[in-house]
Amino acid sequence: MSALLDVDQLMDKLEAGLRGLLNERGIESPVLIGIRTGGVWVADIIGKRLGIEEPFGELDISFYRDDFSRIGLNPKVTPSSLPFDTEGRDIILVDDVIMSGRTIRAAMNELFDYGRPASIILATLIDLGARELPIQPDVAGQSLTLGVQQRVKLRGPDPLRIELQETEQ
Amino acid sequence: MTANAASPNHLQLTRDGQLRHFLTLDGLGRELLTDILDTADSFIEVGERSIKKVPLLRGRTVVNLFFEASTRTRSTFELAAKRLSADVLNLDINTSATSKGESLSDTLLNLEAMASDMFVVRHAQSGAPHFIAQSVTPGVAIINAGDGRHAHPTQAMLDMLTIRQHKGGFEGLKVAIVGDILHSRVARSQIRALNELGAEQIRVIAPGTLLPRDVESLGCTVEYDMAKGMKDLDVVIMLRLQKERMEGALLPSEREFYRLYGLSQDKLALAHPECIVMHPGPINRGVEIESAVADGPQSVILNQVTNGIAIRMAVMSMAMGGQVAERQQKLNELSELNERGLA
Repeated sequence: MSALLDVDQLMDKLEAGLRGLLNERGIESPVLIGIRTGGVWVADIIGKRLGIEEPFGELDISFYRDDFSRIGLNPKVTPSSLPFDTEGRDIILVDDVIMSGRTIRAAMNELFDYGRPASIILATLIDLGARELPIQPDVAGQSLTLGVQQRVKLRGPDPLRIELQETEQ
Repeated sequence: MTANAASPNHLQLTRDGQLRHFLTLDGLGRELLTDILDTADSFIEVGERSIKKVPLLRGRTVVNLFFEASTRTRSTFELAAKRLSADVLNLDINTSATSKGESLSDTLLNLEAMASDMFVVRHAQSGAPHFIAQSVTPGVAIINAGDGRHAHPTQAMLDMLTIRQHKGGFEGLKVAIVGDILHSRVARSQIRALNELGAEQIRVIAPGTLLPRDVESLGCTVEYDMAKGMKDLDVVIMLRLQKERMEGALLPSEREFYRLYGLSQDKLALAHPECIVMHPGPINRGVEIESAVADGPQSVILNQVTNGIAIRMAVMSMAMGGQVAERQQKLNELSELNERGLA
């Protein structure tokens, strides 16, 4: 187990990428939504860096996961909380790690039950590849290819650090 | 199989301790009860969205099997199932094949042949949902919506959710249940839940004729004088006088009952000033409760109805989740055996 990546550097890259994209698309007042748990930590930091004063939303995607029929319901589900109306808003959806893309699909399904946003930008701190769905982040802090027995985990919230774990197969 | 009947948990929990049926609160620990309340909290949030629906039970069929009349319970179960995206079949047994002589087992077999995934059962006979859970095809979840005088676990849990919302928790709470305890399946489930969740005092307040024998053994104290019983209460739960279940003269008169055990503003004033007033409904105004109290600022009776939908969504999705997880586990074990050439 070792701290592999410098979180601050990844945040710098994520922030720069988002600034560029928002500028390019002419988006002036985006809102942030983090996916629990890691995505919420990242949204908190990125929101401060981008100077977004509106409080960020938090999504718990447990009710939208596509593996309910295999593993049942997550016993530790918490209520989602979106302290703003999403209708017509430009949303920055934030997660710590993207891999299969299934979490993002679930998150977007959930988001649309709150209303019809004007646009969604996907930002992730780390992109691990290994996609199973045609979903790509618009901005990522770092792309990474892991070995079969390696796992990456964001620990937080204070301080935020990334751990690379070797699992025993 | 007889061992199963003796232990409700053998029947209603998976090996990992997840719900797979929801028949009784007996044997369910504080952690699981708290998980149910927490999950329901998340469903309350779903009920506040513009689209009040989640896809958890999409493609599954829920059958409301009501052998006894009910409006509120049946309609909140129906709404709960629909908000989980299930297909719902409401069977009013009085107008169905049972009145043409079909046995319960045959009715169930026919419903299972329609690929039902869950039965929500209300029955006048105590233990009917247990019986069905024992004989039903594996993978089908049974939810008890009230059986005889035995239990009404979803009602008790929605009451617990309402108490937690208004009081923040259960520690140090003084709670009284007032009225027709004898005929109440709700009271039994409530006493069980309150004890498990750590309420400080549980009092039942009723005339001796409306108390079951040995009621203290459920884990409560008895008070015959309502004025004494109301002192320092944080929560008062009124029960409906179940006139339709009364055999013989258990009461002198409704007016007498109201005078002694009805919740009037005067009597409520004896409790803690922030005491909340609950009632499972339907309420008999002027029999158990004064209108001014039922509609007053301390009443949370309508919150209970809203919470009923969330609690039912929670137990339905948890029980279905337990069933599918268990099934997947068995499939995995089977394929492992296959790989090793043992099956």
